[in-house]
Amino acid sequence: MTTRSDAHGGVIHDIGYRPYAGPRLGRRYATRSLYVQSLRAAFGLGRSGKSKVLPFLLLGGMTAPALGMLAIALFAQLDEMPMDYPGYLAAFAVLPQIFLAAQAPVLMSRDLRHHVVPLYFSRPATRGDYVAAKFAAMFSALMIVLALPLLLLFTGAMLAKFPVGENLLHLLYGLLAAVLYALVYSALGLLIAAATPRRGFGVAAIMGVLMISFAVANITYALNGGFDPTQESASWAFLISPSTLVEALVNQLFGLDADSPSALHAPDGAGTAVFTAVLLALTAGGYALTLRRYRNV
Amino acid sequence: MPVPTVIKTDGLTKRFPGVTALDRLTVEVEPGVVGLVGANGAGKSTLIKILLGLSPATEGTGQVLGLDIATQGPAIRERVGYMPEHDCLPPDVSATEFVVHMARMSGLPASAARERTADTLRHVGLYEERYRPMGGYSTGMKQRVKLAQALVHDPQLVLLDEPTNGLDPVGRDEMLGLIRRIHADFGISVLVTTHLLGELERTCDHLVVIDGGKLLRSSSTASFTGTTQLLAVEVTDHPVDRTFDADAVLTGRLTAAGLTVRTDGSRILLVELAGDDTYDTVRDAVDDLGLGLVRLEQRRHRVAEIFSTRTDEDGDTDPHADADGHEYEAGRADAYRAAAAGGEQA
Repeated sequence: MTTRSDAHGGVIHDIGYRPYAGPRLGRRYATRSLYVQSLRAAFGLGRSGKSKVLPFLLLGGMTAPALGMLAIALFAQLDEMPMDYPGYLAAFAVLPQIFLAAQAPVLMSRDLRHHVVPLYFSRPATRGDYVAAKFAAMFSALMIVLALPLLLLFTGAMLAKFPVGENLLHLLYGLLAAVLYALVYSALGLLIAAATPRRGFGVAAIMGVLMISFAVANITYALNGGFDPTQESASWAFLISPSTLVEALVNQLFGLDADSPSALHAPDGAGTAVFTAVLLALTAGGYALTLRRYRNV
Repeated sequence: MPVPTVIKTDGLTKRFPGVTALDRLTVEVEPGVVGLVGANGAGKSTLIKILLGLSPATEGTGQVLGLDIATQGPAIRERVGYMPEHDCLPPDVSATEFVVHMARMSGLPASAARERTADTLRHVGLYEERYRPMGGYSTGMKQRVKLAQALVHDPQLVLLDEPTNGLDPVGRDEMLGLIRRIHADFGISVLVTTHLLGELERTCDHLVVIDGGKLLRSSSTASFTGTTQLLAVEVTDHPVDRTFDADAVLTGRLTAAGLTVRTDGSRILLVELAGDDTYDTVRDAVDDLGLGLVRLEQRRHRVAEIFSTRTDEDGDTDPHADADGHEYEAGRADAYRAAAAGGEQA
């Protein structure tokens, strides 16, 4: 196999094997490369055209209302945004959830299903690096989906000359909420996705956990007298679902929507501390179990 | 700079609950192409995992390229390539994208990763197809991509787990040719596992045979196959007399002429080559009996024969017939052996 003729009659000369003498950048570089590749994969980049449809549809669905509000703020001469930043995330909470359910298995199940994982582990990066890179990628992808509309809202507020200080403060509340959503979603989503090599199962299981826990949280809240007259103790029910957990915690922390009876918030007193502890425990626990999952792969 | 020993293990033991996968394995392997032979479950894959530093040994020590397997796993994995036995290619990405990604995972900068990917895919014989999604590849093409991802970072040693699995005879020959080139042209040492004995003698410089986690034998391929030459002889039946047992009569004639003859179970007689006049003796004997000569060819001892004679002499050390009576396994190994031998005659 020294030369090979192609269809045009040209000849490709085999110049022989060339050893590689360049730099080997090691473990951290490899982990970073895996992070970048996984983040791109979460949006279908570097994969087939078909796999780009859903993530970008969801990103579009998440940002379109913000764009609309931006336009309304500019032309309808309002004096504040139609929706507060954390409230926006709560109102469209289902879109990032679908994003998580659809894309977490893309990051985890595919590698398991096609047995790519051993190829990673036979290279410098370790199992811990693998999970860290995947977690960071899922977190970043969710942050893009969650933070982009908030930044659009803020841009709108600035263009419409709304008060800078208040908007900046609430943008920060919103971004913190986004970080908390992204953390707890990533930890749970990746754990479930890593449990099955079947993408479909992963999607269904993640969606199921989020939807059912949300429903159970609301039913429990209602049964414990959450509505009219509102009983403070009923709010403990929001611990049940990751999405209400974050929403209630952020509202309580910053005293958002305190005048609105329909707004979720963590119970007074120990509520904030307990909700924070549960949120951290869920994130850390999910991460630790995912790590454990790869111990024997 | 060549490393004196590529792989060195001392009393390497791996116990899983209820099972000892490796039992005090002590091997030393020099640069070259080394065959790791054993039936399924003999401990080949366990050994590879331990050598990659992925799974700690229960007891014993080992070194790969002079690096300790227990403490220098990441450094080993940077210098070693691994081709797994099973399918490991996502179907919706192209070979180029996949191998570039794997090169970066081995620490190659982006531009070097692309350059090395193009080179490596060309060396393993993948051309225009490399831009297509791998889901549509044939088994042969997939094996080439798997090999390419193991070679892309120019390792000093590659561990190939059953690289010829699922390939047709032509594909198998091409893969074995590639494996030879990896050492001869690329200067990379190779450890290749297989349960097909017939493949090894042409490919490997050195054979390590393990069974049930124990080392059966570790020596150069030449010492396995020996230097004695054999002559394979096949004759037609007697043209007139149907009851005439041509093989038996011919065997008698040749033995009387002072030659050592045995059959290999089919209609082929194996005559030990004593010198050039052995050919004449065989020709004259066949002519004298009025038979037709179908085959007269020179053969070396086969690795497979070493194992079949082992079975005759000492059942305990045969790698395919273990004490638990896994007859299915043994039967399959025999079939492989026959297939391998058949492939080589063609």
